[in-house]
Amino acid sequence: MKPHTLSVLVENRAGVLSRVTGLFSRRGYNIESLAVGTSEEPGMSRITIVCIGDDAGIEQVMKQLNKLIDVIKVSDLTDSERVERELALIKVAAEPGTGRNEIIQIAQIFRAQIVDVGTKTLVLQIVGNTEKIDALEKVLRQFGVKEFVRTGKVGILRGLKTVKSGK
Amino acid sequence: MKTGAKLLIEGLQREGVETLFGYPGGVVLPIYDELYDSPLRHILVRHEQAAAHAADGYARASGRVGVCLATSGPGACNLVTGIATAYMDSVPVVAITGQVPTFLLGNDAFQESDITGITMPVTKHNYLVKEPAELPKIMQEAFYIARTGRQGPVLIDMPKDVSTNTIDFDPVLPEKPVLRGYQPTYRGHQKQIEKAIEMLLLAERPLIYAGGGIIASNASRELMQLAEQMMIPVTTTLMGLGSIPCDHPLNLGMLGMHGTEYANFAVTECDCLLALGVRFDDRVTGKLDTFASRARIIHIDIDPAEIGKNKYADVPIVGDLKVVLGEMIHKLSKKGNYDNWLEKVRAWKKKHPLRYKDDGVLRPQYIIQQLSALLGGEGVIVSEVGQNQMWTAQYYCFKKPRSWITSGGLGTMGYGFPAAMGAHFARPGETVFDIAGDGSFQMNIQELGTVAANKIPVKVAVLNNCFLGMVRQWQELFYNRRYSFTELPPVDFVGIAKAYGVDGIRVESCEDVVPALKSAIDSDGPFVLDFRVEREENVFPIVPPGAANNEMIGGHVP
Repeated sequence: MKPHTLSVLVENRAGVLSRVTGLFSRRGYNIESLAVGTSEEPGMSRITIVCIGDDAGIEQVMKQLNKLIDVIKVSDLTDSERVERELALIKVAAEPGTGRNEIIQIAQIFRAQIVDVGTKTLVLQIVGNTEKIDALEKVLRQFGVKEFVRTGKVGILRGLKTVKSGK
Repeated sequence: MKTGAKLLIEGLQREGVETLFGYPGGVVLPIYDELYDSPLRHILVRHEQAAAHAADGYARASGRVGVCLATSGPGACNLVTGIATAYMDSVPVVAITGQVPTFLLGNDAFQESDITGITMPVTKHNYLVKEPAELPKIMQEAFYIARTGRQGPVLIDMPKDVSTNTIDFDPVLPEKPVLRGYQPTYRGHQKQIEKAIEMLLLAERPLIYAGGGIIASNASRELMQLAEQMMIPVTTTLMGLGSIPCDHPLNLGMLGMHGTEYANFAVTECDCLLALGVRFDDRVTGKLDTFASRARIIHIDIDPAEIGKNKYADVPIVGDLKVVLGEMIHKLSKKGNYDNWLEKVRAWKKKHPLRYKDDGVLRPQYIIQQLSALLGGEGVIVSEVGQNQMWTAQYYCFKKPRSWITSGGLGTMGYGFPAAMGAHFARPGETVFDIAGDGSFQMNIQELGTVAANKIPVKVAVLNNCFLGMVRQWQELFYNRRYSFTELPPVDFVGIAKAYGVDGIRVESCEDVVPALKSAIDSDGPFVLDFRVEREENVFPIVPPGAANNEMIGGHVP
């Protein structure tokens, strides 16, 4: 059992996300993370899903996804050379004189950006893989994390390989 | 200028639809108004569920797409059981539902229900039409999706204003719909086919396990040719009955929970299992680890997701059975030598036949055997769900594909009677029987109104034991005979039939069975036979839940 990153190319139509997520829930597969957006191909969207399962389970998920009429292509990126990123926004308590500078230093070390400065809070934006974001959040906890928002993971294959409709 | 309703009717005609089953209501008024002077035959049912089952029965009996129509909200929701039934058994049905006008969608309007949302898990695909201009394309796609690949139901939801709005051009349709996410595989992988043949030739105890896919793909002839050429015995699932004649020397009948002993012995002992259009359902496999555990498995199916879903396949082949089996036969150069195995299987068959007590008491098995003898394999036999279904599967001698229609996957009580109505319209010249229980018949008994009004000559044989028989049987065997809510008070089905204007006879003894069946067969109209059978008869053999297939009980009835 390990996390698999599935890249799913779908028709950009009403209800398509519902079809995909509905399939996961009714067949008892868990979604760890989900990201949806338009793609380079007109009329198509790309959904990146991270789900945990053994090889047979993931194969079944992919086959079931492929059966959906609005699903054009499903690829498991897990065993390929790839880049994966998530983005998180973290609102940290930072009253003047209580470690504000330290937070700014930590942000620099993590290459996070400060995207909002309030009188009592700072908002950090971080882009990276899951572990990096988890690590930053953990370090910031001592100052008081007011709110933590993160996107689903997106992934892309390295080099020339692509996840395309191929038609 | 054409309204959406007009385009809908035109679409149905373009797809070759002649008959549809439906029930009118508020938002489908424009469609019904258009139907009023269209050449399409519309059969008014008495409950929308029956429309969906009738469309399903029509599809199974004919191999063509069945169509049903209902209004929004409750009408659409009433179709759901029928749609789910068709989905589980891969039956091509197009369901058309009315919907509240687009400007009221999502507004909790009167008789609004999110039917595309509701049916998402039980349809192959569904559509909410937003404007009349897209309707012709949607209809073409819907029928195409329903009848190709692994067949299944497709729903089209038509808001009222889409039905009434007009367009002043005729949308141009491609010859075949363009669906970039839907390209079923029909031809099998050549290397895999060769590997399958090789594996069969190396085997000593091969067995064919054939299912509904053979029927759906019209591959019965290819199945028999392959079996005969290689001399491999065949067992079928409930859905595969009729794909090989019951009295064929290689046929072992049905396997699984209520299968024959010899089929279950054979599947337990075989060393190579050729699985054709099956899905290794739990009612077939019993305890999965022990199912065909000595066998290498070749699995051929049009749906890649079925292969490896429940059981690992050594040789997976995705394709249409008619095509793949044709290719296999073509590539076959020699036959295997399975004489010892065939001898063993024949001995099992001789030693462990299906049997029931022959003591002059009116038993359901006897009735089914008599009907089978009278019809001689002709006609269409439909069943409800439960004991009636299993006895029919065991004791009716099916000789042809599409002569047996039953709700296998979903197990829908109340399916049989309306499905039989649909079967009649698909095969009007043939005798259509619904083998029912008193429980199942009462789940759609209102359709007596439909058969009476339309003179649909469907015969209903109620195996009336005043019990929900299968549940009672489980209570007897596994719950200490505690008959919790399974007894039904006696119902005068003949009286009910007569009130609807339908003929009927009550039968209480063995000697009256044949004359009563003959009266039903000879009658021009619908007919109800109320057989008062032995109340606590059981379906044997039975593989207890969770047991292995060779651990049947009740195989030897004295």
